[in-house]
Amino acid sequence: MSANRQAAAVSPWRAPILFAILAVLFLLEGTVRNGLFSGSWNTALAILNMGLISAITALGVNMQWGYAGLFNTGVVGFLAIGGLAPVLVSLPPVDGAWAAGGPRLILALLAGIGTLAMARIVHVRTRRGWAVALVLIGGFVAYRWLFDPAVTAIEANNAARAGNIGGLGLPVLMSWIVGGLFAAAAAWAVGKVALGLRSDYLAIATLGIGEIIVAVLRNEDWLARGVKNIASIPRPVPYEIELQQNPEFVDFAARWGFSVAEASGIWVKLCYMLLFLVVLLAIILLAELALKSPWGRMMRAIRDNETAAEAMGKDVTARHLQVFVLGSAVIGIAGAMMITLDGLMAPTSYNPLRYTFLIWVMVIVGGSGNNWGSVLGAVLIWFVWIKVEVWGPNLIGVLVGPLPDGDLKAHLLGSAPHMRFIAMGLVLLLVLRFAPRGLVPEK
Amino acid sequence: MDILNALVAFLNFVFIPAAAYGAQLALGALGVTLIYAILRFSNFAHGDTMAFGTAITILVTWGLQSLGVSLGPLPTALLALPVGIAATAVLVLGTDRAVYRFYRAQRAAPIIFVMASVGVMFVMNGLTRLLIGVDEQRFDDGARFIIAVRDFREWSGLAEGLALRSTQALTVVVTAIVCAALFWFLNRTKSGKAMRAYSDNEDLALLSGIDPERVVRLTWIIAAALMTIAGVLYGLDKSFRPFNYFQILLPIFAAAIVGGLGNPVGAIAGGFLVAFSEVAVTYPWVKVAGYLFPGWQPGGLLQLLGTEYKFAVSFVILIVVLLFRPTGLFSGKSV
Repeated sequence: MSANRQAAAVSPWRAPILFAILAVLFLLEGTVRNGLFSGSWNTALAILNMGLISAITALGVNMQWGYAGLFNTGVVGFLAIGGLAPVLVSLPPVDGAWAAGGPRLILALLAGIGTLAMARIVHVRTRRGWAVALVLIGGFVAYRWLFDPAVTAIEANNAARAGNIGGLGLPVLMSWIVGGLFAAAAAWAVGKVALGLRSDYLAIATLGIGEIIVAVLRNEDWLARGVKNIASIPRPVPYEIELQQNPEFVDFAARWGFSVAEASGIWVKLCYMLLFLVVLLAIILLAELALKSPWGRMMRAIRDNETAAEAMGKDVTARHLQVFVLGSAVIGIAGAMMITLDGLMAPTSYNPLRYTFLIWVMVIVGGSGNNWGSVLGAVLIWFVWIKVEVWGPNLIGVLVGPLPDGDLKAHLLGSAPHMRFIAMGLVLLLVLRFAPRGLVPEK
Repeated sequence: MDILNALVAFLNFVFIPAAAYGAQLALGALGVTLIYAILRFSNFAHGDTMAFGTAITILVTWGLQSLGVSLGPLPTALLALPVGIAATAVLVLGTDRAVYRFYRAQRAAPIIFVMASVGVMFVMNGLTRLLIGVDEQRFDDGARFIIAVRDFREWSGLAEGLALRSTQALTVVVTAIVCAALFWFLNRTKSGKAMRAYSDNEDLALLSGIDPERVVRLTWIIAAALMTIAGVLYGLDKSFRPFNYFQILLPIFAAAIVGGLGNPVGAIAGGFLVAFSEVAVTYPWVKVAGYLFPGWQPGGLLQLLGTEYKFAVSFVILIVVLLFRPTGLFSGKSV
């Protein structure tokens, strides 16, 4: 791995120029209306906001891959578990849900964790398989005995409108941190098991935990209503409708020459953008400081030569676990932010191709090991990913224009959305091979 | 206590489905383990390559069906299978040439190969969607059942019925034939021995004049055959949906790791182990218990986990193996 990371210095102007190009793309999207761009500031800012969230996710992945060479294929799961936080923290409490089964539920979860801890103690103390099995079976029975009635009671409580445990009614911004903590806890559990073995095992184990977390969100109705979704998650910014009824804002919009509806949309998105920028810059600042500290040098030393670092007395597995948990926490924060932005928790939307592997394309294209590179790659790839949805059919429409109408033409036109996957795969393969250090290489 | 009915219910709902599923997983895990043994990386594109091979086979099957060709009681897909295998083999040889060979020459770290295989996965996924779309497709024809529920009830006089679908029997038979052929090839032929030698010790194999590129090509061709057969059998048994083939990646990896990555016998054992645990854990045992202990009225379904969590079973097995025996039950390649 070391061979393709130490290479000739690149021009210091490279990153600023690339960011400038990116800014021009967004300006064009906001102002020019033609076959390529929408000419709407609302669209441009919506893409940018999601791009910023992708950038934070990419920063988390970059910590794991760029600093430590860990391949996390469960990004979608860490995003999803982070997204659970706004639901549990900021939604108003559901009447009667806690009384129906709250304490029993907590007890069940404690029993589950206690069983695992107990099994571990028995294993370490006695080394007898049957004793461990006995503990696990007993624990499982106790867990189900506590858990099942609690869930039935909670789900029966106002089933049509709620049926979930409800939130704490706290400010939604607080849930972003909680989301990071959730993801960190999940990452610790996986990392503890899968790290220290060969490198592919972490990739396979995270693939599993990713699918399981999404399955839990989809099926545990008591938690976040499962596939019935949760809408109306509180916002940290004003609602469009409030702005439109505010006479001051109407004046303000008129002065800038926008219609009120358009201006309110832009205003809300700008507010989100500022919030996201603050989080993004804070994380970059912390990450850069960490990377330049002795800790960062140690991480890079481990990444570039594990054996040598181990010989120097560094605990490679423990450091890997540390950076894996940190990176996952950042991904969890991004997941909470995403749910806050959407205002909707819809577990069916968590698709691994979109939320795991697309993020990977962003990190690799941007430049693994470089935080600014990840941000650039994330926003750029997200922009392209969204715009290809428009460009692809247009392009294919032009290409197949001369063909006679028929099945083949219809099939080609219909297949345009699938081109995105092929295009992203090719981008990943080409960058990995011909520019493995990405657009903005590591210094 | 009604042991016969309980046994029939067990066979019908647990044993037969798990055996068929296990055979499909075993074939998939064999492919993963072979690629791991020779090329030394976990191939994330495996599931989507299976989907691609199946998609080609389905298209050819439809072509044959429209020409009026059929195999009588057997599904027409068996006739189309060689075409699917050939197309998949060409495709994987192409990806090896275009993608993996470069990293092999560079002696890149295994994780770089894994990453490249993710890129290949994207492309394969897109190709499959392009070919056949994302919707569910059914392509089984021929006889539906070898033993139908009603015939069995009339024949045996039991209350519980037993069904054996022809696709299930076919899966097990085909898997047995494929495994026998594979082991004959690996143990008896010169090329097979060359592959094993290369897997054991690359440098020694090079010294004894084995052409590494030939070994790699052979591996990909065999893997393509295994992937397509596994994919088609899975599709015949359950119906074809491209996304399912991405999701089956986890049980396949679990099976390969349980058996020991790089160990073909282990892959087969792992496939059945994962499949039987998955079905046993997600099956509601209340019916079987009802026959065994007529007086007992259990409160629930006696289902350990909902079927939605079947992937959790593979995951737990994976975790347990990683914790206690990272080289797998049949000791595969080193950790």
